[in-house]
Amino acid sequence: MTDTNKSLKEVQDEIIEEFRMYDDWMDRYNYLIELSKDLPLIDEKFKNNEYLINGCQSKVWLNAGFDESKGVIRLSADSDAIITKGIIALLIRVLSNRKPEEIMNADLYFIDEIGLRQNLSPTRSNGLLAMLKQIKLYALAYHSKMTKS
Amino acid sequence: MQKEIKKGNKNIIPAKSHITLKFNIEKVRKDFPILNQMVYNKPLVYLDNGATTQKPLVVIEGINRFHSTLNSSIHRGVHFLSEQATVEYEEARETVQKFLNAEHSHEIIFTSGTTGSINGVAYSFGEKYLNEGDEIILTEMEHHANIVPWQMVCERKKAKLKVLPFDDSGTLMIEKLNQLITEKTRMIAVVYVSNSLGTVNPVQEIIKKAHERAIPVLVDGAQAVQHLPIDVQQLDCDFFAFSGHKVYGPTGIGVLYAKEKWLDELPPFQGGGDMVDVVTFAKTTYNKLPFKFEAGTTNYIGAIGLNEALLYISELGIENIAAHEKELLSYATQKIENSGGITLYGKAKHKTSILSFLINGIHQYDAGMVLDKMGIAVRTGTHCTQPVMQHYHIDGTIRASIGLYNTREDIDLLCEGIERTKQMFL
Repeated sequence: MTDTNKSLKEVQDEIIEEFRMYDDWMDRYNYLIELSKDLPLIDEKFKNNEYLINGCQSKVWLNAGFDESKGVIRLSADSDAIITKGIIALLIRVLSNRKPEEIMNADLYFIDEIGLRQNLSPTRSNGLLAMLKQIKLYALAYHSKMTKS
Repeated sequence: MQKEIKKGNKNIIPAKSHITLKFNIEKVRKDFPILNQMVYNKPLVYLDNGATTQKPLVVIEGINRFHSTLNSSIHRGVHFLSEQATVEYEEARETVQKFLNAEHSHEIIFTSGTTGSINGVAYSFGEKYLNEGDEIILTEMEHHANIVPWQMVCERKKAKLKVLPFDDSGTLMIEKLNQLITEKTRMIAVVYVSNSLGTVNPVQEIIKKAHERAIPVLVDGAQAVQHLPIDVQQLDCDFFAFSGHKVYGPTGIGVLYAKEKWLDELPPFQGGGDMVDVVTFAKTTYNKLPFKFEAGTTNYIGAIGLNEALLYISELGIENIAAHEKELLSYATQKIENSGGITLYGKAKHKTSILSFLINGIHQYDAGMVLDKMGIAVRTGTHCTQPVMQHYHIDGTIRASIGLYNTREDIDLLCEGIERTKQMFL
């Protein structure tokens, strides 16, 4: 999974590099399908309405736990659509195991670079944009909890 | 054979009739500039006509001409432009009248679209006629636009919605209508052609039954006018709504047809300029029909575009279009069913132009994403008919919807796309 030694920028550049190999859209989608298979499944207990981010097009379940010893957020998620799941795998690879502050301020430029921006547009309603917002909200919540304590 | 097509008897048209049809499909396609383009380096296959249709050159140029030479606020000025603009706007109303075969042109109200038309009727009708405990009957296959406005008025008036169900083939269970109708039924609102199943409903039969009990009927014709000849006098419907953009016209313009007696009786649904006779702070009297229902500066540009669109399809002949689309739908249905691993939703005997399906084991969103990259435009999701999806216990479907310019090649490319999708995900 995520190598926390790498910076946000390094992981994103790595992904951009990986996608550079695929000029064809179908190859990119095939790669996302492969990535979706690698996504560690979210614990079944989180796959309920409480953790559901309902998009009109596809569903996303998200859990964000806080590892207090390391001060990092651990993300797990799933979707009923495979391509959505593949993109989730990328988002988790970039954002999981990072400090709340880092997630709050993350500039996710890789999405544009690999041509997946339309998948995170408000009109697409596949749950991904809502998922990103939710991740940032979790980060904000854990951040304020940390600074208070 | 042409005579038979004219009669609109689609059952007797042989399978390959598209070759002998009155309109030449290659020529027709040239009328739609948007079709002649590549997306993701693939020729565009536009099969999302249920959502919106593409515009022929006459519509694009008609709007351009109007903006360039005649633009002026209608019904207002004494000057040349305003008068000419008003003439064209009223000509558009007459074209719609002829298109629907309405008795009077003042029975044609320009609105923003089907949604605007239905909201208007629900509001005005509800204000005047609905009381606590009254009932409105809808069908299970209504678009949200023919559910939510009625729900809103029912909440306001403490009235009740009742639902006529459909069976698993997507056919209305018309035999249940008699038991749904009570002495409290005030309105029946029914979709002519289902946007997610393609079912052509027996609206004439429903209207007849309703009228036996003196109940008015609103027909949502959003998916009907572009596929079937419509005659509101023959149907005898009280209200009929449709959108310009689904019948090859521009967006933001729509039509509400209502029988004169209803328009006389109903209060206006919006107040503002042009819909008034005398305004004082004590009281306002309303303008005559149809202006009573057209408050404010109307979308006259939209009406001009709609005029062009309706003239265009009338020239092609709606019966010819219907025959062409019927042939394509049957070709597509057969081909998709034969390819295996597909579940088709909506298998009613009377159908038009819409193929709603799922590729077994593949999420509709995944399929839509892959088809998109192959240049194929389809819609995925619930198609604003969540109750239909609830009926089948699914989250959505892939919907390919056929328009007058589609070809067998489009269907072949769709099927190739489906096969490619299967290879990728299964």
